[in-house]
Amino acid sequence: MLAAINWHSILFLVFAGLACAFAVAVVVADNIVRMAFYLVLALGSTAGLFFLAGAEFIGAMQLMIYVGGTLVLLVFGVMLTAQAPFISIKTSTNDRVLAGVVGAALLAVLLQAAFSVEAWRRPGVGQVANPSATPLGMALLGVRVDDPPAGTSPSLVRSGYLLPFEIVSVHLLVVLVGAAYLARAKRRRTPRGIETADVAASGGSR
Amino acid sequence: MNPLNPMHAPSALAGLFAVNLMSDPVSVTHYLVVGAILFTAGIVCMAVKRNALGVLMGIELVLNGANVNFVAFSSPYLQGEQTASIGLDGQAIALFVILLAAAEAAVALAITLNFYNNHSTVDIDQADGLKG
Amino acid sequence: MADFLINTVGLPEWLAWGITAGVAAALILNVIAGGALVFIWAERKIAARIQDRLGPTRTGGRFGWLQSLADGIKLLAKEDLMPEGADGMLFQLAPYVSFCASFCAFIALPFAFDFVGQRLNVGVFFVVAVLGLEVFGVILAGYASASKWSLFGAMREAAQVVSYEVPLGMCVVVPVMLAGSMDLVTIAEKQAGWVTNWYLFHDPFTFVIFWVYVTCAVASVNRAPFDLAEAESELVAGFHTEYSGLRWSFFFMAEYGSMFLVSALAALLFMGGWNGPIPVAELLGLSEGTGDTANYFVRLIGCFNLMGKATLGVLVMMWVRWTLPRLRIDQVMTTCLKYCTPIAAAMFAGAMFWQLALPGGVMRGISRPAGEIREGWLEGPGGRAAPRGATVPAAVVPSKKLAQVQP
Repeated sequence: MLAAINWHSILFLVFAGLACAFAVAVVVADNIVRMAFYLVLALGSTAGLFFLAGAEFIGAMQLMIYVGGTLVLLVFGVMLTAQAPFISIKTSTNDRVLAGVVGAALLAVLLQAAFSVEAWRRPGVGQVANPSATPLGMALLGVRVDDPPAGTSPSLVRSGYLLPFEIVSVHLLVVLVGAAYLARAKRRRTPRGIETADVAASGGSR
Repeated sequence: MNPLNPMHAPSALAGLFAVNLMSDPVSVTHYLVVGAILFTAGIVCMAVKRNALGVLMGIELVLNGANVNFVAFSSPYLQGEQTASIGLDGQAIALFVILLAAAEAAVALAITLNFYNNHSTVDIDQADGLKG
Repeated sequence: MADFLINTVGLPEWLAWGITAGVAAALILNVIAGGALVFIWAERKIAARIQDRLGPTRTGGRFGWLQSLADGIKLLAKEDLMPEGADGMLFQLAPYVSFCASFCAFIALPFAFDFVGQRLNVGVFFVVAVLGLEVFGVILAGYASASKWSLFGAMREAAQVVSYEVPLGMCVVVPVMLAGSMDLVTIAEKQAGWVTNWYLFHDPFTFVIFWVYVTCAVASVNRAPFDLAEAESELVAGFHTEYSGLRWSFFFMAEYGSMFLVSALAALLFMGGWNGPIPVAELLGLSEGTGDTANYFVRLIGCFNLMGKATLGVLVMMWVRWTLPRLRIDQVMTTCLKYCTPIAAAMFAGAMFWQLALPGGVMRGISRPAGEIREGWLEGPGGRAAPRGATVPAAVVPSKKLAQVQP
């Protein structure tokens, strides 16, 4: 067995195993804070998978923006709402069984599709340049400098990604403004259904 | 074996167990399996959790499952001779998915916190104010 | 090193790569742990001198050299406490999460040309991204301690670190723009030569950006004057109130590791990395292409050079800590959002226009021009940037990942 250790396979197994195990742990766990923690580990392992596949820029993006931004936001939300009754809310068994059956069926369909194409089972051969972020950066500016993948016709016109880049920038700005508006500090109102004397005297809420 | 033909499904599933993924070198199929597991875990999480933030976590898992697939298809290390790898396009798509997921998580969290401020609970079963 | 093991010693390839990875990991662990020992001693001595007293003077001689070791032994022997309402698993895992984030960032940090754990094309991005993951350890520690002091400290620190990532990113982008690559080795190589080649002196905008970077980096690692997460006088001890013994020391190894990391990053991005103020190797006539031993010796000098600069940065951080008063949380946020971010953005725009007008910078290298672009992907399959003076071999070097999947 120690004849030759294929480090690529071992590292893939480690990262993929961690990602799948923690993803299942997110589903199974009851405590919302532990779920958030397992999700952080699952997405961190996914970033490791991205690095293994040669998409270094995407892996670093995943770590910085997804894990270091989106999940921090999620954890903040969890902390803000982690009052005692909400930390573990149990679902009824019927719902869980139904969801489990549907999930298993979906998984079977997806796995069957994954195994169906023969060409996907053979790994790459030959020499490949070290991964670089330059083609992706140039593509985001609208200029395609990467070689066309094998099997595509040389006369294929490939577009750059400048327009989606700008659209996403404006989208993020809109989301920023919208989220800030939704989360603005509102004037203090009396709780639902209870009217205090002074509020009633001043003719309802201002 | 046509993957879309339901008559072939049982034999395809049997073939699934015959193929030993552990002995083959790492290929696109391995990544697709990981993506499938993440995606399914996300869907079940969205369906099962009563905490609104739990549902959000399911959404993140779903998006990551899709990202794993895209990156696998774009990887120059994993393509076989006849596969039309989608090259840089896969990485660009994964990039935009990450950005949009961040935006969507921000908005969803703002909605959740608003809900919490108004109803003092994050249990989505209590969100039945519009029920007829 | 793997090539040496494969070719000279004759080990099978998989074993050679395994040993290389193990040696790299062990070296990085030693840098962090050994560095923490030295920095803790240095901190106590510097604090003492600034406060007009002596500091440790008994353990191990007149200067208290072995004080850190004594502290370590004491911490190992302490009882492993856990508060009653604490979430057990999260409480135990939190320090390791922090330490892992700090350790992982060292993977991409080059100590000299080719003395790097893994040479990433997106090196800068990776280091900044992983540094931002340390906040999870802090939040978990704060929450899992089931104590309000810990939770407040943790939330303040998380808000601070996450906010300061924005100007930190903008400051880091300026040297990337000047060098044309996110690869830390390339950025440092382009500053080779005399001190005038350093990006610090490239243009006035970069000079200002350096100081903004220093501010953001100090805030990012939660050092005074931004250390309200560990504010001893306000929150008992912030997020690590309930930690004792070895778990507590992991938090501090993570903190000193991060301090060393951001100082090394500053040295690489702005102060020439392993290229000294004086190009000693070139003056001595040793270039990178003159044989393996001379090569190695040159790189070793570079490694010590970088570590010296990083240590200097850490010492300056300690000096600032014991001199300046602590900022309040609203002052911290004001500094980030009203001062650091706009200044960083304006300087970035200025550096961009300066680069268009005067690409060579204020002082075009006096003895040699700053290096030319050596993009790996432009050199064709399996290309790697060549060290100065050496030529790229005619045979194509196979990419190591695919070597194992060839039929």
